[in-house]
Amino acid sequence: MKALVWHGKANVRVETVPDPTIINPHDAIIKVSMTAICGSDIHLYDALIPTLEPGDILGHEFMGEVVETGSEVTNLKKGDRVVVPFTIACGNCFFCSHDLFSLCDNTNPNAAIAEKFWGYSPAGLFGYSHMLGGYAGGQAEYVRVPFANVGPIKIPDGLKDEQVLFLSDVFPTGYMAAENCNIQPGDTVAIWGCGPVGQFAIVSAKMMGAGRIIAIDRFPERLALAEQSGAEILNYEHINVMETLREMTAGRGPDACIDATGMEAHGTTPDAVYDVVKQTLKLETDRPHVFREVIQACRKGGTVSLIGVYGGVLDKVPMGAAFNKGLTFRMGQTHMQRYLHPLLERIQNGELDPSFIISHRLKLDEAPHGYEIFRDKKENCTKVVMTP
Amino acid sequence: MASQVDKSVAKLTASAPEPLKQFMEQTKGKGGAVNVGETERWASVMGGGLLALYGLTRFKLSGFLLAALGADLVYRGATGHDVLYQQLGFNTAKGDGKIGIKKSVTIDKPLQEVYNFWRNFENLPSFMQHLEAVTVQDDKHSHWVAKAPLGTTVKWDAEITSERDNELIAWHSLPGSAITNIGAVRFMPAPDGRATVVTVNLQYIPPAGPIGAALAKLLGEEPAGQLTDDLRHLKQMLEAGEIPSTAGQPKGERIPV
Repeated sequence: MKALVWHGKANVRVETVPDPTIINPHDAIIKVSMTAICGSDIHLYDALIPTLEPGDILGHEFMGEVVETGSEVTNLKKGDRVVVPFTIACGNCFFCSHDLFSLCDNTNPNAAIAEKFWGYSPAGLFGYSHMLGGYAGGQAEYVRVPFANVGPIKIPDGLKDEQVLFLSDVFPTGYMAAENCNIQPGDTVAIWGCGPVGQFAIVSAKMMGAGRIIAIDRFPERLALAEQSGAEILNYEHINVMETLREMTAGRGPDACIDATGMEAHGTTPDAVYDVVKQTLKLETDRPHVFREVIQACRKGGTVSLIGVYGGVLDKVPMGAAFNKGLTFRMGQTHMQRYLHPLLERIQNGELDPSFIISHRLKLDEAPHGYEIFRDKKENCTKVVMTP
Repeated sequence: MASQVDKSVAKLTASAPEPLKQFMEQTKGKGGAVNVGETERWASVMGGGLLALYGLTRFKLSGFLLAALGADLVYRGATGHDVLYQQLGFNTAKGDGKIGIKKSVTIDKPLQEVYNFWRNFENLPSFMQHLEAVTVQDDKHSHWVAKAPLGTTVKWDAEITSERDNELIAWHSLPGSAITNIGAVRFMPAPDGRATVVTVNLQYIPPAGPIGAALAKLLGEEPAGQLTDDLRHLKQMLEAGEIPSTAGQPKGERIPV
């Protein structure tokens, strides 16, 4: 089959590799009909996630048709059309039974590596480095889906791939970012980063009754999308974010602040320059410029919701501000299986059509080009979807 | 080479001013487990200090950055603890001796089910990586075959020495075994009232000579790590119904970058 293979920093190629086969009794094989490039794939592309190896197949946003099932798969049969969530969960452990699916105890074959980095291992993910399982990803013609009774959601006829594909990650992820804000009617929510996750956080915050949503980015096409969804927009290259937010909220600050950027945040302040230097010298794993800013900007007693991915040890995080303002931090990989059915229902009801974020429809063969324009925000790229 | 560097650093540190020596002694270990070697600690403090002083005298952004970097190095040198080292599992400090193996795991299944699974020793090879087969001979006796390097096997007979239903199984190897071993596994309800805590104690006495060397290799450089993996696999079998794996999945050519 054809698959997108990583060969080093900013070096991905579409190659012919062996087809996947059933390895364990709870596996299913999916013939991919549509897949997407995620903002978090860019961290892999840029070689910022340790334990990714040359030869690994990337991709964790995909959907398709079931073509084979293992002996213990009872929920799916050949021919079912499914979207597959990016977190792999067993459905039975302590964490799964508490709806904390991205923290599943039993799906990471390389849990010992993750324990060295983080103390305990989270769930395995598709195409997201060996310390998170080393599972081959879905930017391919076929993909093996482990624990297929627990993850994939069947899609009813009448919905197009583009409408449901983002149930695989960015829609639930933006939704959880907003849910983690514990939004009360009328709250002001500020969102840093208007990529796909930021866009869905905006839409979700609105669903949850936020009074005001303020979106921060620097790319006009992304800010325009945010504005269409009902957000007030700020371009951080033209204004001082702290001062502007303070003024907009008449001295109180936003009730909740969402960091939808993560480890490759950009900025114009000295600390952002410091991060670029340290990350380049490999003295720092992450560039937490936005994390620092959300802590500083959030109102006293407010909530900071982190949804952009962080991986390592962060420098110069203003814990004094966080502590003395009594902030609440919420974060983590999305507990995907929690959100699939409720959000599919919202799509079916016509509450929203998630395909509004798509700017580029490519063939899988063009994936290397897709990575380049998505990372560098060329051609007004907001989201790339691909068909094999 | 390294020892020469160590020697010259030892000379240098011996001649260091008394307050600095005291500082290095008092701060050691204050930032978490010591994982930076003595030579590296002193080098870190000295180099970091110089960098910080140089940076601070420049009154510019780049100077501030250098000073911050220097301060990081002083901290790491003084405490002997490097956060990145910890994350990567590096340890350049010495003297980390381990005695005996004892590991526990919490399994989200009823105690009876976990106990019954273990009590049927023939199930053990399904989650213990180095075991090839266990044959139960009678209520008390079993025959064990473990994988050894180069496709060979090591065999021994074991006898149950103590047993309490749903609580404890203890055993020892019988005289004449290739490997003398004593073990006990305990089963207890977890504090949450629904899960089961399994605790394993193992003691191995490998014989001298080539067989002993092969066994040492078989048990791994870190037998505790092997036991942790085995218990994790037990948990996965019982909770998830399989041990997760990517063995044999497709990949592109692994050309090193």
